[in-house]
Order: sequence, then C-alpha cells, then structure tokens
Amino acid sequence: MYKILRKEKLNSQVTLLEIDAPFVARKAEPGQFVILRAHEEGERIPLTIADYDRNRGSVTIIFQEVGATTRLLGNFEAGDKLADFCGPLGNPSHFDGVRKAAVIGGGLGTAIAYPQAKKLFNMGVDVDVIIGFRSKELIILEEEMAKVSNNLYVTTDDGSNGTRGFVSDILKKRIEEGERYDVVIAIGPPIMMKVVCDVTRPHGIKTIVSLNPIMIDGTGMCGGCRVTVGGQTKFACVDGPDFDGHLVDFEELMRRLSMYREHEKECLDRHECRLGGVLDG
Amino acid sequence: MANMSSKKVPIPEQDPQVRSRNFSEVSLGYTEEMAVEEAQRCLNCKHKPCMSGCPVNVRIPEFITLIAAGEFEKAYETIYETNSLPAICGRVCPQETQCEQKCVRGIKGEPVAIGRLERFAADWYMKNIQRTVVKTPRNGKRVAVIGSGPAGLTCAGDLAKMGYDVTVFEAFHKAGGVLVYGIPEFRLPKDLVKKEIEALKNLGVEIRTNMVIGKTLTIDELFEEGYEAVFIGSGAGLPTFLGIPGENLNGVYSANEFLTRINLMKAYTFPQSDTPVKCGRNVAVVGGGNVAMDAARSAKRLGAENVYIVYRRSEKEMPARVEEIHHAKEEGIIFKFLTNPFRILGDDKGWVCGMECVNMDLGEPDASGRRRPVPIEGSEHVIDVDIAIIAIGTSPNPLIRSTTSGLDTNKWGCIVADENGSTSREGVFAGGDAVTGAATVILAMGAGKNAAKAMDEYIKSKG
Repeated sequence: MYKILRKEKLNSQVTLLEIDAPFVARKAEPGQFVILRAHEEGERIPLTIADYDRNRGSVTIIFQEVGATTRLLGNFEAGDKLADFCGPLGNPSHFDGVRKAAVIGGGLGTAIAYPQAKKLFNMGVDVDVIIGFRSKELIILEEEMAKVSNNLYVTTDDGSNGTRGFVSDILKKRIEEGERYDVVIAIGPPIMMKVVCDVTRPHGIKTIVSLNPIMIDGTGMCGGCRVTVGGQTKFACVDGPDFDGHLVDFEELMRRLSMYREHEKECLDRHECRLGGVLDG
Repeated sequence: MANMSSKKVPIPEQDPQVRSRNFSEVSLGYTEEMAVEEAQRCLNCKHKPCMSGCPVNVRIPEFITLIAAGEFEKAYETIYETNSLPAICGRVCPQETQCEQKCVRGIKGEPVAIGRLERFAADWYMKNIQRTVVKTPRNGKRVAVIGSGPAGLTCAGDLAKMGYDVTVFEAFHKAGGVLVYGIPEFRLPKDLVKKEIEALKNLGVEIRTNMVIGKTLTIDELFEEGYEAVFIGSGAGLPTFLGIPGENLNGVYSANEFLTRINLMKAYTFPQSDTPVKCGRNVAVVGGGNVAMDAARSAKRLGAENVYIVYRRSEKEMPARVEEIHHAKEEGIIFKFLTNPFRILGDDKGWVCGMECVNMDLGEPDASGRRRPVPIEGSEHVIDVDIAIIAIGTSPNPLIRSTTSGLDTNKWGCIVADENGSTSREGVFAGGDAVTGAATVILAMGAGKNAAKAMDEYIKSKG
C-alpha cells in the first residue's frame, strides 16, 4: 500500500496527490510515468509523474477527475492509501544541446510539462512556458511555472484571464516575432499537440510530445498503447512516452483513446451509485 | 491385477453448452473411485518410461500406486517432493507429449491418465489436509528471483527449502505471472494459484509486487543490496503482431492484452471490476497455439456469437494441445484452417469490420520441419468480424537485457543460459520463457528447479 502524504485541489477538477513511494522516487525522471490502482478491484491507469522528491521518497501526481478511477482518487485524503503504485516507467526525456526551449502545457498537460520546464530551466536553458486553459478558474501551477521559466504566457479559451486564445496562437506569434527555439515540448490533449506540431512543422522546429494512450501493464506486455510514429508501430510505454510530434499519427491516437468511451460511462455511473450510497447511508 | 481397459476413465466436465457461457473450470476432476480405478491401469513398469518424459522427474509409478491403494495423502507428498505446483501441472501440462507419451499402455490404447491423477492428488490434498510447513533453518544468505511465474515460483520454493532468504520481484500488482494473467480461470482457477503462492510465503518467501526490474531496480542494484545470486524468470511477455495494414484499428487486441484484461483484471465481471474489455459479435483469433484457444474460448464466454480461429496451416500442424482444440470445438469455436489474414478492414469510425484473408496450401517443409503454407492465388475473401485478436506468439521483454551489462542474449532477445541456468554474468541465472522463448509451464518449472540447485552450488562455492 502506498500512503498519500499530501492532497491539494488545484482547481474544481484537478487534484494533486503526493504519494509515499521511495522506490519510484529514487529513479524518477521528467517524462516518466507510473501505473496505479486506487483499490483492490481497481483498473490500472497510467499517470505521468508531475514531480518527485528523492529525499522525502515521494512522487507527485496531478490528475483531472474525468473517469471512474480519477473521480475516486479525487475523494481520497492525505493518510489514505493506494493499492498499487508502480514505476518509474517509460523513458526519461532527453534535452541534450538545447539552449532555447518552449514548453507548452494544455490544461492538465501543464502538470506534466512542469517537471520538463523545471529540468530545462535548472540546466540553464532559456525557457519560455506557454500554458492554456479553458477559463480563468481552471488555471493551475501558474506560480510554479513562473519560477522555472524566463517568460511565462498564460492564455484562456474564453479570455477570462485577459489573454484570449490558444497556446498555439502564442507560440506562432513568438516564432513569427523571430524567436528561435531549439525544441518545443508540447503536452496536453492530443488535438492541442497536433495543432502545435502544425505550427512548428513549417519552421522545422523539433517538437516533442508526450503521449498517454490506454495501457494496462506499462512494460511492453499488452500492446494496447500502440501508436503509429513515422509509419511504424511503437509502444508508448517502452518506446515513449515522448515522441517526435511531427511523426505521430494523432488521428489514430485520438481514435484509440475513445475505445472504451461507453464502458467509461457505465463505470462512472456505477461509481456515482457507490458514492451516492455512501452519502445516503 | 491391473485394470486392462484400453481407455482412460472419462473425467467429468461441464456441459459444453453451459460452460461456453461461464468462466468456471471446464474439467471437474476425478472422484476418489474414478481415481483409484484409473490408477489401477498403471502397470508399474520397472524401467519407468513415463518419468523420462517429465521435466521435473515426478516419481510417477510410485504416486499412482499410492492412489490405487487409496493412500492419497502419500501420493501427493510423493509428487510434491519434486514438483512444487502439482495442482497447476495436473491441469496445464501437455502430458500427451511428455509423461503420457512414454506410457506403455499408450501403445495399445490410451495411456494412463497421469495428468488427471496428479490433479486429483493435488486437489484431494488441498481439500482434506492442512499443510504443515516445515521451515528449513535459515542460512542467512539472500537471493533474488525476478518474476513470479512458474519458473520463478519453482526456483523460489526450492531455494527457500534449502534455507535461503528469497525475495521475488514481480512487475504486476499480483503474483503468478502467466498463471494469473495468461491462463484463463476456466482452465486454471486463480484460487489454486493463490493457494500455491500462499504456501510459498509460508515457506518464508517474500514477494514484492510493483517492482519492474530494469526500471524500479536494476540487477546491479540487487547485488549492491546484498543479494548473492539472481534468477531471471521474467518470461516472454512481449506480444508479436502480424505487421499487416489495419492492425492498429479499434477492436484489434494482442492476445496478451485481451487475456490480461479478462484474467488478471477480471474484465468479465465488469462493471464489478473497473477494467473493461470489448467483445463483439464476431471475433477472429489469429494463431494456432494454446493462447489462441484461450482467447477464442474466452471471447465465446463473453458472449460473442461467432468465434473463429484463423490459422495458416492445417489442424495437424497446430501447436495447441489436442485437449484444448477438442474443448474449443465442443464449445462451438469455428476453425478456419489454411487461412491467412493480410489486411484488417475498418469502418468509417476506425473500428474493425472485417478481416481479409487468403487460403493457403501446404508446400515443402520449412526450417521448423512443418510444411510451409503458400497462398492460393485468387482465394482472397473477407471474414465478417468486429474484434480481431492476434495470438501468434510472444518474445522476452527487453527491459532486463537492456539494463544489465554483460548479459548475453540471442537474436530473438532470449537470455543465453546453459542447462543449469548459468548466464554470461556471474551470479546471474535464468530460466523459463526468458531463455527459451514462449514454451510450457512445466519446462519453465524444470528450469527454475535446475537453476535453484546451481545457485545453491554457486553460493556455496563462494564460501
């Protein structure tokens, strides 16, 4: 069992949990992920590592309450325990030779982009961070990102924070203004990553995306996480999760992510029932 | 006087119509009377040919004689001396190519039902006897076992019996390896596996789950932590795909994924368990081994109307056990022999809607000694399916070999080890599918056993 050391609600839908997992913390690097199970009957879900503290032996995960498991996790409190927490899985991100980088986070993707920005910034790289949310109330990690970037741009779809637009708009503007990025790191919903790739492609800017497809084991066993990259089938768990965004088949990725949509709803309904039952009882 | 019936005493089974809709065990096992009657068919040959067919040298005539005499507890103990997982072997060993193939009674009729008798002894013992654990005095030396499948469990059990402090590292959240993620409940009830693992824990074996060796820890770190020898029994878990167009459509599974969802994650109880599995109306399973049979029979149990086995050679070349093919046929699985898929078709939403196949003819024998299938021109046709499951084999996971320097592997990614499990790295032993590529439970157990002995000798030689 893996104890929750700290819980923080980052906004109405996004929660941070710091988990006591010394073996994972010892090896964790930006870009890697864990597989967890909330309870004994639970499904295995992959979550990218948002932060880690080797001294404290803890790993931080940040998730949005969208499915049955994440909804349940959102109800956990500090002191509660997770049934399983396995990792670190996948390959760490590599940033050799980068001098100027743009790190882009879309919504929850900001949580995954944070350790990458932090690592780059601590390596002495000139980092622009561009993060986008649907509206002002949903903004997360603004202060944290400010500390690990040279320039921080925060945008909202509805303009409620004063800057209306998408992350890709800001990136495009920066590039057009003459900013020369060695690398762009884009993490967020597949459609956002795809649009960012469309912006950088004509300029030939290397663009790294972090993929989080459906998987079970996270060690190369199930093949559920296969993605087409440059015409070849790759397993996101062992070959990624970072890939060259210009080569990723995003249409296929989005399609495969929707494979269990009906089941997800059924499962969620059942959990609502369970939670409802607890409240009624 | 021996029972001279030329046939085995039939074993009661669930009716095919009924069982193809549930996940309970197919075979119900012998009663005491049936077991005694079958045991009496054994001629107790002096030269014991059956034993030469057993990878773990179970003293077969001896335990069968004890069953014939009604001494069931002693029969079990005789098996257990050389085989630490009899309830499992009695169910999943391919006896027809091992012990039973060598049985003298098989010359003029059916061989003695050694597998069924082994299973009977194990089940009888589990039901009637409270196992007393005799813990060997600890010798204070630590050994690590990677993987908790048949090879790892056997190796761990033998080392614990010798007095070692054994830690088993398992990547999944549950111990058992292929016994829990691969082989379905209806062939091998998971309660049995759990009991065998509990028995190992009672011997003092520590099992640490969620430990991916190569990621969470490396083999070098295990030595740094004070383990004196390491056994790698990490299996062959990497699925092979066909490499044909359409394989990444929604609704295409590797058999590994399909079976893991069902067996390990209990997707057949969804939404009781949180993990879903898709099972359409028409399911095609590509492949001809036991894993293909398991996937097809599982799909049927999930409610599929038509389940096809698509296999490019003929029935004769099928690597699956005869018993599994027989059970699959009884349950209504449709076999499409000499049929090879070359494209999976998708609908406008990206879901599987068909499998394009070509009929095959058998030509000259290939490197495997089996006749090579060649496509028949003009025989292209479409099978109407909405789920496709690829069960054409697995290979060892690269996570360990890629993080362990000095560990030799062959061109298939299998770890190179001798018959004692010794590898190119001092103190590192390996066995089971990680060495041989996908094979059987019992061969993995045999390898685990040999390695345990070699590890003991190695540690003693170090002083």
